[in-house]
Amino acid sequence: MSVLIDESTTFIVQGITGREAVNLTRECLDYGSTIVGGVTPGRRGREVHGVAVFDSVAELVDATGQVPDGSVVTVPPAFARDAVFEAIEAGVKLVVVVTERIPRYDVAQMVELAAMRGARVIGPNCLGVIRPGVGKMGGIGGPARDAAKAYQPGPVGVMSRSGGMTTEISSTLTATGLGVSTAISIGGDAIIGSTYAELMPLFEADPQTEAIVIYSEPGGRMEAELARWVTENDSQLTIVAFMAGRFMDDMPGMSFGHAGTIVEGRADTAAEKIKRLNDAGITVAEEISEIPDLVSAKLAKAVHA
Amino acid sequence: MRLFEYESRRILGRERIPITQSGHATTTEEARKIAADVGGPVVIKSQVLTGGRMKAGGVRFADSPEECESHAREILGLEINGHVPRGVLVAARAPIAHEYYAGVIYDGVRKLPTFVFSDMGGIDIEEIAEARPEHIGRGHFSTVLPQMDFRAKDAIAQTGVTGRDLTRLTPVLSALARLFVKYDMTLAEINPLAKLEDGSFVAVDAHMDMENEARPRQKALLAELGVGEDETREAREATPFEIEGERIDSVDHRGVAGNVAEFDGNLGLVIGAGGGSLTLFDAVRRQGGQPANYCEIGGNPSVSKAANLTKLVLQKPGVEKIAVMMSIVSNTRVDIVARGVIKACIELGHDPAEKIAVFRIPGAWEEEGFKILARYGVEYCDRSVSMHEAARIAVEKVSSGSNGAKPLPGERAGDELPPAERLSGTGEVVEG
Repeated sequence: MSVLIDESTTFIVQGITGREAVNLTRECLDYGSTIVGGVTPGRRGREVHGVAVFDSVAELVDATGQVPDGSVVTVPPAFARDAVFEAIEAGVKLVVVVTERIPRYDVAQMVELAAMRGARVIGPNCLGVIRPGVGKMGGIGGPARDAAKAYQPGPVGVMSRSGGMTTEISSTLTATGLGVSTAISIGGDAIIGSTYAELMPLFEADPQTEAIVIYSEPGGRMEAELARWVTENDSQLTIVAFMAGRFMDDMPGMSFGHAGTIVEGRADTAAEKIKRLNDAGITVAEEISEIPDLVSAKLAKAVHA
Repeated sequence: MRLFEYESRRILGRERIPITQSGHATTTEEARKIAADVGGPVVIKSQVLTGGRMKAGGVRFADSPEECESHAREILGLEINGHVPRGVLVAARAPIAHEYYAGVIYDGVRKLPTFVFSDMGGIDIEEIAEARPEHIGRGHFSTVLPQMDFRAKDAIAQTGVTGRDLTRLTPVLSALARLFVKYDMTLAEINPLAKLEDGSFVAVDAHMDMENEARPRQKALLAELGVGEDETREAREATPFEIEGERIDSVDHRGVAGNVAEFDGNLGLVIGAGGGSLTLFDAVRRQGGQPANYCEIGGNPSVSKAANLTKLVLQKPGVEKIAVMMSIVSNTRVDIVARGVIKACIELGHDPAEKIAVFRIPGAWEEEGFKILARYGVEYCDRSVSMHEAARIAVEKVSSGSNGAKPLPGERAGDELPPAERLSGTGEVVEG
């Protein structure tokens, strides 16, 4: 079973006529993804790179005769909650929320409704998901040509709280010949739809994935949750982590980077997270360039064990 | 965004949660008048956005308006952890029988707001939470279903509270949850929530954080509280350098070039974006470098925005060189940033080849960007040079005072530098 997307995945783009969404649509189409329609209220009848635009998700479903597998939501923050609700209520099961600066309460609402309806949210404030050589949902990796440069198929799953660092890490893995099974930009906010631990079972079930690399930051308890998950579930995947923002431990209360990275207590400092990850058998790399060797070494050890 | 205690109290009052009688004063005369209105013993509290007021001497007690005035004078002049007080709060001293804690926060793992309640409130609440967990009650509540008061009741009852106290505390905690949601708070706490000798409950202190992202839709409340749109309310007050960084970011909507923070080092950083900045700042420190600033640049900024941020960093006293570094970009264009940083150097009369220790931005439009950099003799690198390696190059150049005379991957064509205007005129695609 593949992780989130495969060859047959169909999706729509909500807010498709926005500037960034137009680019993203072009990039995804060029990369081989199947976009079955777009939604912008009041813009019915238009086309964006050959993709038909509808007033609503329900109208799109009527017209195309199918519920798309996923949606990429790119609408402004004030409209994001409703757009996600609209997709979920139409039966969409995978909603990638690209929009940044959505108030936390709205995010909690989206995620709670998704849980009630058996849907999954990725993001917000993320670049989406890419399965190298198969398809991508969102701006991850940029134009198809650039995405191909950074993302080649391989055995390593990547999950990252930073969109840009998803590509940096994947490019490093690709350059050394390892490659990437699926990379997910999970988003940089304090509340996100899918955490590392929640996505782990998908990677575990994916025959292509043999190892995981995560990019992590101070703030929140997501790394502690992953450490606990790995310990409790006897995970078969080898995991290497990278922790950015170590300097923030010296500056509690200051906000740098993403909305979710502010250090608010002892448990969410970089040092504490590194300790918890180490305790769970997860190696934490000091530099990005060490990651491929650490992954290879752990994989070789796993084979000989 | 943190709210001052006097603001948090106004919000409690607005939502009909009982609070001790109080007023906010910015002068000693005002403080005296409030004490006289209150009548009887008062507490005078420094209004600063930092903890440890009590230990720093920012909380005093007075039995008369005159005594209040003299304490207010001292507190108004007392800096706490580098914060100058906004004013003083003068509040009635209540005859407290017992102190409770009532709070609402988000749980990022469960992705829901949660009640936190303790029957052992007061300044040691954090130690209680660790050492005596049986005195902490918790309970998540839905953001989709209507609010249910029994969730608050359950959280309180977990600590063993029962009888009339339970039925009196439940509406207070429920009201706190409602205002938490209504005003987009990320933290709302009453500590202590005091039980008075007559058996009633009253808030004696309150602390609230409103989410920055929600400020646009909370304009009415913020206006009522008198919070200016330009107030950032960070843990440390913004320096002029940081304020200028925010200004540069806000005057041009294209891309991001801001979130600037200053430090004492000699290596200026033009780095991006969120995760990349965190990684690169660490990388510079790991290589023994001393960053002069933190910043975030990305989201496809214009040439002028990149140039203005670079100028700000270059003009910071003590900055010897700058490092321009990012993780691989797909939206931001390498050539635009290259133009921006070179423009900034030239307009300030610097040789870009000397001032820019290293330029490491791989990704979109890199061929064009690298051509420009080569023309000016700036050392650049592509994705084959890691972020940490780029940081090492920059740190070495600053500490050795080198002029960046290493052989470059590109040709340095001609000795004459083109006029700076040309740099901004060639990025039509984005600039137009």
